[in-house]
Amino acid sequence: MSPVLAGVLQLLALIAALALAYRPLGDYMARVYSSDKHLRVEKWIYKGIGANPNAQMRWPAYLRGVLAFSAVSVLFLYLLQRVQGHLPGSLGFTAIDPDQAFNTAASFVTNTNWQSYYGEQAMGHVVQTAGLAVQNFVSAAVGMAVAVALVRGFARSRTGELGNFWSDLVRGTVRILLPLSVVAAVVLVACGAIQNFAGIHSVGQFFGGSQQWNGGAVASQEAIKEVGTNGGGYFNANSAHPFENPTPFSNLFEIFLLLVIPFALTRTFGQMVGSIRQGYAILATMVTIWIGFTALMMATEFHHHGPAFDIAGGAMEGKETRFGVGASSIFAVATTLTSTGAVNSFHSSFTGLGGGITMLGMQLGEIAPGGTGSGLYGMLIMAIIAVFIAGLMVGRTPEYLGKKIGTREIKFAACYILITPALVLVFTAAAMALSTPGHSMTNSGAHGFSEILYAYTSGANNNGSAFAGLNADTQWFNSTIGLVMLLGRFVPMVFVLALAGSLAEQKPVPATAGTLRTEKPLFTGLLVGAVLIITGLTYFPALALGPLAEGLAS
Amino acid sequence: MNNSVTNTARLLWAGLRALLVLTVVCGVLYPLAVTGIAQGIFPGRANGSEIKADGKVVGSSLIGQAYNLPLKKGQETPEPDLKWFQGRPQNGLGTNSVNTQYSLILSGATNRSGDNADLIKWVKDAKAAVIKDNSVPGYTVEPADVPAEAVTSSGSGLDPDISPQYADIQVHRIAEKNRLPVAQVQKLVDEHTDGRTLGFIGEPRVNVLELNIALKELVAKS
Repeated sequence: MSPVLAGVLQLLALIAALALAYRPLGDYMARVYSSDKHLRVEKWIYKGIGANPNAQMRWPAYLRGVLAFSAVSVLFLYLLQRVQGHLPGSLGFTAIDPDQAFNTAASFVTNTNWQSYYGEQAMGHVVQTAGLAVQNFVSAAVGMAVAVALVRGFARSRTGELGNFWSDLVRGTVRILLPLSVVAAVVLVACGAIQNFAGIHSVGQFFGGSQQWNGGAVASQEAIKEVGTNGGGYFNANSAHPFENPTPFSNLFEIFLLLVIPFALTRTFGQMVGSIRQGYAILATMVTIWIGFTALMMATEFHHHGPAFDIAGGAMEGKETRFGVGASSIFAVATTLTSTGAVNSFHSSFTGLGGGITMLGMQLGEIAPGGTGSGLYGMLIMAIIAVFIAGLMVGRTPEYLGKKIGTREIKFAACYILITPALVLVFTAAAMALSTPGHSMTNSGAHGFSEILYAYTSGANNNGSAFAGLNADTQWFNSTIGLVMLLGRFVPMVFVLALAGSLAEQKPVPATAGTLRTEKPLFTGLLVGAVLIITGLTYFPALALGPLAEGLAS
Repeated sequence: MNNSVTNTARLLWAGLRALLVLTVVCGVLYPLAVTGIAQGIFPGRANGSEIKADGKVVGSSLIGQAYNLPLKKGQETPEPDLKWFQGRPQNGLGTNSVNTQYSLILSGATNRSGDNADLIKWVKDAKAAVIKDNSVPGYTVEPADVPAEAVTSSGSGLDPDISPQYADIQVHRIAEKNRLPVAQVQKLVDEHTDGRTLGFIGEPRVNVLELNIALKELVAKS
């Protein structure tokens, strides 16, 4: 069998597995967020928090909950790293420097998991499991909570009430992320991912002597890292490290894990707004973009255009033998079209155009299928933009799911789609204009520019992957990327929740003959077009200077 | 004013309590439960898939090693020990720069782009070396025989595998250096070649450490 055919078959197997999980998981999540019963363990947790899970919140209260919880999380994670030297189980590792600790705290709380540190030599057991891995859970649960609040905005009428943040946070964690992660972690251990608390210990070698290894709770962190679309590796090499991703099967399984919730949430959405077919239209948009990108990535990587790859006879630099080009391409697209940012191969050593595809995937706003929660709300914002454009064409007030998209709504949606490109382009331009940030580049020319463009794209979109030749552990990059991650996560959330509040207050408008049928393939086509054109126009000049220049020159 | 300060404080306090409770659930109970299950059912794998030869642990089947001659005086990069099967280049590996009480291997890639001068040189040199080292009297390696992964560094730098093609072109060299029949070494490689999982997942591969352990046994017997 040729590697190309094997790659295509792996993609088909992945699609089949995701299709099997779609209905049960999507329906289950809809029940989780709609049920008025609390599990016993949840009641204990609410008692610990001191919150009433049945109190309905309007959008400002919901937002305050999100921001308060996240602010406390940043502070807690920052302090945990700063006192690491005094914590038990820290393997003798010392405190993380202030700028790096801020960057890492912002990174994990915003579901980005950008890492300017080397996991092997920086983080002990306590920071990894009780700090970083906890944020892997709760940052994903926060994303899902905000998405569900927006869906309730569409589903509810004549009320400002969007649900209860604490209840959504706890349910997402306890009923969805935890059970999935336990199962996934055990499967990963069965493949060979390590799970112990051995610390750093010596192991014999073939030639005698010994090598030092890190032991740790790797499989448990790996599982939630993919399920919660986080992406922060226990080790520097992330999911390329054999202890995180030991076999070809574990690789395909990890890709499945990072896609399963974002795709299934469209079913949850369809259930909650009372029209499964509306969910299918959103799903179809996501799937179209995802498969299109994967096909393009496989084409460019198998074609391996580039001087070094031509000499080598294949684009295997930065890729593992057990995955090969096919499975590495599938992983790279899945991780950049979601907010995951885990890597099983190093994007900086992809072909010029392949690197461009990873960047464009993030720049679309990570909506195909996107992060846990953030993918759904990002795509729904694009749907609002698309019905607005369609409305302009026929001269009608646009409406979506029975809600009028008026001035107020379109303002929130427009602000949402402007904030991330503004962050990416302004900070990239600033870093290029200043003299010192450029010293962090490993590669020169177009690829050097791409390293910096990639860094801010990854930060602002909360992805976390990197063109890792960039030495990001400098005060400039630690602080600016930290800031970009926080703004890129929470400012859009403000607009999403404000929009949700505004939609929930409306009374529904009945569908007429002139209503745009948003559950039809025509709308899916319109939405795909809107996503690609709006992002394309925004980022095209920057992409032309980086990956396009590199890809076309070689 | 006063009221909003109290409200904010109350909210942050609720946030902190929520974080602490969820830290206990997700950061303590969850990893401990998974560790318990893992150590109970798959102790070997959970502890790093160590493999033994002659009763001694010689590494992990998952972590690639270097099979080099000891450094001679004045040498900066060691030469490969051609008696043994060689793995992929490891140009992306690092050593720890902080917490230097340890000597850790930092996994990682080179992150060089396809048009990077360093990478072009590394690949050229590696290809020349693979051709030279493996061409023995009666057997010449052609440039087209050298697979891509033999001359490039992996993502982790710790890739335990090589492709069957790369193992195949090393067979004549291994046979000559160890005074073994070519057919016997080829048989060894074939026995240690894993196909794709279920016929289509991943790529075919040969685990270099396991192959070298088997080779060592073969040499000891002959």
